[in-house]
Amino acid sequence: MNQGALFVQLVVDGLATGSIYAALALAIVLVNQATGLINFAQGGMAVLGAYLGMTFGNLAIPAVGPVAGITIGIVASVIASFVIGALVERFLMRRFQGGDPDTAVVATIGLLTLITGLCGLIWTYNYLPYPFYFSAGLSFRIGDIAIDVWSLTTFITILVLMGLLQALFRGTKLGLGLRAVADNPRSAALSGLRVGTLLMIGWGLAAALGSVAGVLVAVKSQLIPGMFDAALVYALAAVIIGGLDSPVGAVVAALGIAVLENLAGTYLDWVGHDLKIAVPFVLIFIVLILRPQGLFGRKSVVRV
Amino acid sequence: MPLLELTDVTAFYGPVQVLEGVSISVPEGGAVGILGANGAGKTTTLRAISGTVRAGGSIVYDGASIRGLKPEKVASLGIAHVPEGRGTLGELTVRENLMVGAYRRGDRRQIAQDIDYLLDLFPNLRERYRSNASALSGGEQQMLAVSRAFMSKPRLLILDEPSLGLAPSTARTVYDAIVRLRKESGIAMLVVEQNANLAFTIVDTVTVLETGRSVLTGTAEELKGNDEIRRAYLGG
Repeated sequence: MNQGALFVQLVVDGLATGSIYAALALAIVLVNQATGLINFAQGGMAVLGAYLGMTFGNLAIPAVGPVAGITIGIVASVIASFVIGALVERFLMRRFQGGDPDTAVVATIGLLTLITGLCGLIWTYNYLPYPFYFSAGLSFRIGDIAIDVWSLTTFITILVLMGLLQALFRGTKLGLGLRAVADNPRSAALSGLRVGTLLMIGWGLAAALGSVAGVLVAVKSQLIPGMFDAALVYALAAVIIGGLDSPVGAVVAALGIAVLENLAGTYLDWVGHDLKIAVPFVLIFIVLILRPQGLFGRKSVVRV
Repeated sequence: MPLLELTDVTAFYGPVQVLEGVSISVPEGGAVGILGANGAGKTTTLRAISGTVRAGGSIVYDGASIRGLKPEKVASLGIAHVPEGRGTLGELTVRENLMVGAYRRGDRRQIAQDIDYLLDLFPNLRERYRSNASALSGGEQQMLAVSRAFMSKPRLLILDEPSLGLAPSTARTVYDAIVRLRKESGIAMLVVEQNANLAFTIVDTVTVLETGRSVLTGTAEELKGNDEIRRAYLGG
């Protein structure tokens, strides 16, 4: 493979990995937009969604055939995740509302541990295959470059989700309500917004989005309770770099991190495979120093 | 029948009783001021009405009790509360703040007309239409807070010290606009104000609070003639 083709291949691979970080980052941005919190359990909830999708899919496939069964599994996973997300808000996060946001964030870390443990208890800690439309290794070539079908699917899915999310927040009444509640729930209530309902919808949407990410990762790497632990680190980095209030920023940052990480790992000898994970952190430092609100974030002025 | 009738309203913050018996009556289309020293319970009275603090006694709006209702429910009944300090959503633009105010309405064309009306009333807001509310000056934020409340098409507007922290000329501008709003819309108003001279430009009647009790109610004219009131609240 010549140098140019190697470069392109690295970028393409990076975009694929980055799409997964991006999906998780989008869910984190969504919860942050709707509640002002960072949900560390977002990855865990995505894994749970993937397990549910696998279970529903495996149940449906013998009855209705593979394509319909897989689709039913994914749809069921998205719906179940929406309900779980909404319930988590209603019965767990609601108790921390109006208190110190840090307490609520710590509660999400506890939730992550709980969900991971529950998944292990129910589905064991062994790798389980996720039933999907095609196998994860499927690829085609354009010249020297191998395009992985899974990567392409993931990339397109994430771009579509990003567009939908941006449209939701900037162009719909529901999105405006979600942002108003995130900004100041008490103040929003004085305009007659149903704060509780909007918070439940926000968490539900984020969990549904996360479950799509969960399914995509499960297809590639098979299912295991901790499969999103590393991705969560990258997703958080993407959210910080891209700006907590910008779906587009989060996606661009996630893709950028993954591509840069791939390039650095290959072209900079001293980085190699071992230091790759340091790349997002170095980027976080640089961005936080130069542009604390994130590359795409809106600057919020705090008056004293 | 008055639009809003408070009878012997009580309220606690934890174990501390803040309201011991507040009675206020706001007629349909009328404007009532609440005067009182710091800590007399003015803000708490407004919070009791909008459901942001738990209250005892009787709070009757439009013939039905609203005591104990959630804030969003009270708001949906047509009571718009502009709280003390910033009543705006800082991360949202001026336009978005106004749209949040109109959240429960479906009449798009009328919403656009109302926004236009408010931007005429407050030309500063027209200039800052696409800016985040947090980037506005104190006076502009207060104008936005009042406008946002007006966007919900309330029957009763509750204002908590609209002049707080504003330069005298800015406070004047805000009050002039509120007077115009009242004249042109006929909305009933309940206004808490430290600056009694400003309050008297809007209100027909005034209730005076002392340590959580309503001690005196009268027309603006009567109270202006009352020596004690003049000394305590009018600086003369």
